[in-house]
Amino acid sequence: MSINKKIVADFVRNKIEFVTTVPCKQLAGVIEEIDRSDAIYHIPSNKEDEGMGLCAGSYMGGKRSAIIMQNTAIGVTINTLATLIQYYNIPLPMLISYRGEIGEPIACQVEMAVHTKALLAQMNIPTYHFHEQSDVNELDGILKFSFMAKKPVAILTDASFWQGA
Amino acid sequence: MIRSDVLKELQPIISNQLVVCNIGLPSQELHNLDDQPSNFYMLGTMGLASSIGLGLALVQDAKVIAIDGDGSILTNLCTLTTIANNPANNFILLIIDNGSYGSTGDQPTYAGMKTSLAKMADAAGCENVIECSARDTAAVVKDALARERMTIIVSKCESGNIKVPVIDLDAPVIRHRFMEEVARRNS
Repeated sequence: MSINKKIVADFVRNKIEFVTTVPCKQLAGVIEEIDRSDAIYHIPSNKEDEGMGLCAGSYMGGKRSAIIMQNTAIGVTINTLATLIQYYNIPLPMLISYRGEIGEPIACQVEMAVHTKALLAQMNIPTYHFHEQSDVNELDGILKFSFMAKKPVAILTDASFWQGA
Repeated sequence: MIRSDVLKELQPIISNQLVVCNIGLPSQELHNLDDQPSNFYMLGTMGLASSIGLGLALVQDAKVIAIDGDGSILTNLCTLTTIANNPANNFILLIIDNGSYGSTGDQPTYAGMKTSLAKMADAAGCENVIECSARDTAAVVKDALARERMTIIVSKCESGNIKVPVIDLDAPVIRHRFMEEVARRNS
């Protein structure tokens, strides 16, 4: 099974039925797979904080949700994470393309990459870094953890992880 | 009429509906007027009432009214495009447009100057956009509730606030009782 199919299968197994996405080159395949899934309502967002609002609404409507975005979005969503997702105890798996790591061709991406883990740590957001393809096997457990704890979790997926996806 | 007058007239019409209410004074005024478990009060995160309301409307059957403000819509303007392209027939977005940032001291917004939110919603692709006066708002919302179609209402009212206490409910309590109410209506 490809990484993209495995990720979406884990989403579906954990009853995630509403996914919002802001695209990234590395995430193109998984977004396509989300779009193809009959079990998931895919709603593209213009901006990641808007997406988190949509996810919060879906969760309160009884459908588990998740967001797929780039790590630059951490800069956009700090306030939303603190005052909506964390303050109201809303679970939110965040599948994040970790741009600006080894293999990155665009220098500017490094500027947010160097802050990404520090910002997530400052926010007390449980953070997982997928580097090897086999790391995807942890996803099912991470999703279960997010819904159990009613907390946002960050799954950082770097270029090595996506190689050959 | 100012926003609290509009809310007062709306109260009997929306009291039993699922309402997602904008941050600051709008939520405080609604809470003070008629606290219901079917109200979701935003205690923070300016701009996301319409997004939360749309997400909620898309995944379940009960009607949802998002009460937003002109300043909040302007801070998340892209929401109009998402709403237009993902229509939910059970969703009403009510923008109370008083041309000012009420909760922060009535500083003017651009919606009170040259910018028309109704025209922006229309240009975003929203299909049923109604701009109405403060006085007509209750009747327009009542009519929208009676139809099975998504409606965007821009209620033009005067700027001004009444003195109301802050909301003392804990955020997870607001969320929990609201979710129970949503589940009850879909059972």
